[in-house]
Amino acid sequence: MSMTLASPVLDSKTPDGPVADKWDNFKANEKLVNPANKRKFKIIVVGTGLAGASAAATLAELGYQVDAFTFHDSPRRAHSIAAQGGINAAKNYRGDGDSVNRLFYDTIKGGDFRSRESNVHRLAQVSVNIIDQMVAQGVPFAREYGGMLDNRSFGGAQVSRTFYARGQTGQQLLLGAYQQLARQIGLGNVRLFNRTELVDVVTIDGRCAGIVTRDLMNGEVTSHAAHAVVLATGGYGNAFFLSTNAMACNVTAAWRAHRRGAFFANPCYTQIHPTCIPQSDDFQSKLTLMSESLRNDGRVWVPKMAGDTRAPADIPEDERDYYLERLYPSFGNLAPRDISSRAAKRAVDNGQGVGPKQNGVYLDFADAIGRLGADVVRERYGNLFDMYERITGENPYEVPMRIYPASHYTMGGLWVDYELMTTIPGLYAAGEANFSDHGANRLGASALMQGLSDGYFVLPYTISNYLAQWLNKSIPDTSHPEFAKVEAEARDRYHRLASSDGTRGPDWFHRELGKIIWDYCGMERTEAGLDKALSEIPALYEEFRRDLKVTGGEFGLNQTLEKAARTEDFFELGMTMCRDALERRESCGGHFRAEYQTEEGEALRDDENFAHVSAWEYTGDATQPTLHIEPLVYEEVSFQTRSYK
Amino acid sequence: MSTTLKNLTLKIWRQDGPNGAGRFDTHVIDEITDEASFLEMLDILNEQLIENGDEAVVFDHDCREGICGTCSLMINGQAHGPERATATCQLHMRKFSSGDTIVIEPWRASAFPIVKDLMVDRSAFDRIIESGGFITAATGGAPDANLIPVPKPVADAAMDAAQCIGCGACVAACPNGAANLFTSAKISHLNLLPQGQAERYQRVENMVETMDEYFGSCTNHGECEAACPKEISIDMIALMNSDYRKAKVKNRKALSRT
Repeated sequence: MSMTLASPVLDSKTPDGPVADKWDNFKANEKLVNPANKRKFKIIVVGTGLAGASAAATLAELGYQVDAFTFHDSPRRAHSIAAQGGINAAKNYRGDGDSVNRLFYDTIKGGDFRSRESNVHRLAQVSVNIIDQMVAQGVPFAREYGGMLDNRSFGGAQVSRTFYARGQTGQQLLLGAYQQLARQIGLGNVRLFNRTELVDVVTIDGRCAGIVTRDLMNGEVTSHAAHAVVLATGGYGNAFFLSTNAMACNVTAAWRAHRRGAFFANPCYTQIHPTCIPQSDDFQSKLTLMSESLRNDGRVWVPKMAGDTRAPADIPEDERDYYLERLYPSFGNLAPRDISSRAAKRAVDNGQGVGPKQNGVYLDFADAIGRLGADVVRERYGNLFDMYERITGENPYEVPMRIYPASHYTMGGLWVDYELMTTIPGLYAAGEANFSDHGANRLGASALMQGLSDGYFVLPYTISNYLAQWLNKSIPDTSHPEFAKVEAEARDRYHRLASSDGTRGPDWFHRELGKIIWDYCGMERTEAGLDKALSEIPALYEEFRRDLKVTGGEFGLNQTLEKAARTEDFFELGMTMCRDALERRESCGGHFRAEYQTEEGEALRDDENFAHVSAWEYTGDATQPTLHIEPLVYEEVSFQTRSYK
Repeated sequence: MSTTLKNLTLKIWRQDGPNGAGRFDTHVIDEITDEASFLEMLDILNEQLIENGDEAVVFDHDCREGICGTCSLMINGQAHGPERATATCQLHMRKFSSGDTIVIEPWRASAFPIVKDLMVDRSAFDRIIESGGFITAATGGAPDANLIPVPKPVADAAMDAAQCIGCGACVAACPNGAANLFTSAKISHLNLLPQGQAERYQRVENMVETMDEYFGSCTNHGECEAACPKEISIDMIALMNSDYRKAKVKNRKALSRT
């Protein structure tokens, strides 16, 4: 049992006033840096996805000196690009009852009352600015014939507030932010370090003084000093090995910051997305998401009879169980992700799974094609249908898709205050890398919203509130001995990993680690399972340290070495994830503890004891971090049992 | 239902660095299910190489959903392999047969120098975007999104162009190593939209001339369109050329800028 500390170290710095006025109050009172002085400040932005690219571009436009880092060859490769369905905004262009308050409430409820009210309200407020900004930049959102923007509906909402660009909304938004960043690079306002990975964070005198990076092309380890550092380095869904994340997504930047003192919040809040293509083989490298938007027109069903191996077309209507429509009549196939995922798991566990491995459920478009015609369905989802056919070899216009839940997004992340600053002064976290806005479950089309909100409309305001105090004061540069020390530690670490001469490559260990985390800390968790994971992960980690094999050497381009280092960080994260899941003795959102459920099998929250953020402090032993609590105070909304019936 | 492919011979280009000599290494894959993706086959090969103490084959890849544009590979001389409208990461082994010999090479273009093995440096693409592939709209001052109606056919055409994933297959497939399809896709995306009009002619002139610093010239072979995993049409090149010609007049005198 770890020790629980009271909250004073976690000051959320939530501004005064009613929740709807907090952001305005903050802006009215924050410290600013005047335009001529901005150029005196250096800001490092790590990661160039939606949050990172938008932050780097905007900070550079404001006049700060910005260094942007990406481990990709180009900023445009970041995994934000793969988001398919859309981006929410409380524009109320449909006139269907949407408002900032409605989006705020939906997001709080969707997060199962485990997010910070003030942050979520701000997110809903700035959502409208994001759409304006992205349209001005030329993002080709879907339009109606009159030229106005089109919307679609998404899980967890009863209004149509999702803006989209075919099934490639993330791509178009990321390219928009990338282009804005590219402009600043071209103008010389941003220095881009591509194929460069953060390997440590440097703190001096209690503030973040900079970072240490490794050039992936030649293995060179280098220091960079700055007034402030922003980590926009994404989530840790690849802890499961199989996920919808890109292959290189990792927790290293966030974890290295955690090891240097940044608290890690709610690591057990992971989102399992209900509509992915089921696993077909053991060596599979990743799972592919089929956008949730498909649930607007597709109907989810399984055969009523367990073990039914008939072809879908041979199963008559009255022998099918459209379980989402049956269980959640008012939201039907658009029930939120956590609820839909667990319903699918129950069906498959019950023997009603479909497909060669009986590990999926059907997502059937026959009704939609009958009602709208194949052309309209093709217009809406054509690229997704094509993608499905390429991967499975089956034509979804003719046979229903098969889907199953997979790890997709992580709500947990570095703890940040209202200003997005971590517990290390001067170190910020934005986008999926922080924990701030989604509570225990994220609604569809809200990740893009949060990434761009943080990067465009929050950080550029909040960062000056910190920087102002450093005007005309000197900060340590890279000649400070602490940089040399951290660099040496990084070199030693890569040297140790590169010299590993066991018998198995990093992928083998990552896959085995992922299996443990998926089995015991996946869609359903139990105390016994988590205890087991907390003994199995350290044992596997021991084996990793003993039996890892890395070829290719320490210097020069070595993808095996990169993977080994990232896998090592996943080990520690996995331990803290399981510890967090064990300590949270309730079910909420994506965290489902089998011991805590209603008679119908829904999540059973415990607001009396767990209406808080769990922020973990690194102690050197990732299985025994120290727990700090930030109580969640709700001024505007009141706790309710989340019902989508 | 899955079937198993047997006895595949892989000839893979290995090169230690930009200035290395380069060679083909041959590996035999005894069996693999046709459900595997092409890159999963390389993953399996790499795991074996590492366990045998050899260096893994370096290749670029990331999302494995055909959208990030990181993956590349000339497969049997075709950019992204034999399947139309499919990036390498979404190519599956069911497109091959038992006994096949598969030749795997990096993108071949002088503007994309080889970094190592199958990985190339495509940063020349970023330089083109930096020179004009954007709409200047600093954060904060945007008007309401519905203020400027965009007719649906225009939005659709812009989206057709904007789908480009920046993988570089067009350059690799082009006998001249030209980047006209990539460049024209971005120009068309932005020049078609009402928001992009203010910088239309400046954009096309800057981007075309940056492109010309790095890449070869287009002679209308059309290989780029055939290789493009997003099926971007060479009509975009016509649009770019038309705008570029106009730009050379319009950009010359303030009076012509109407």
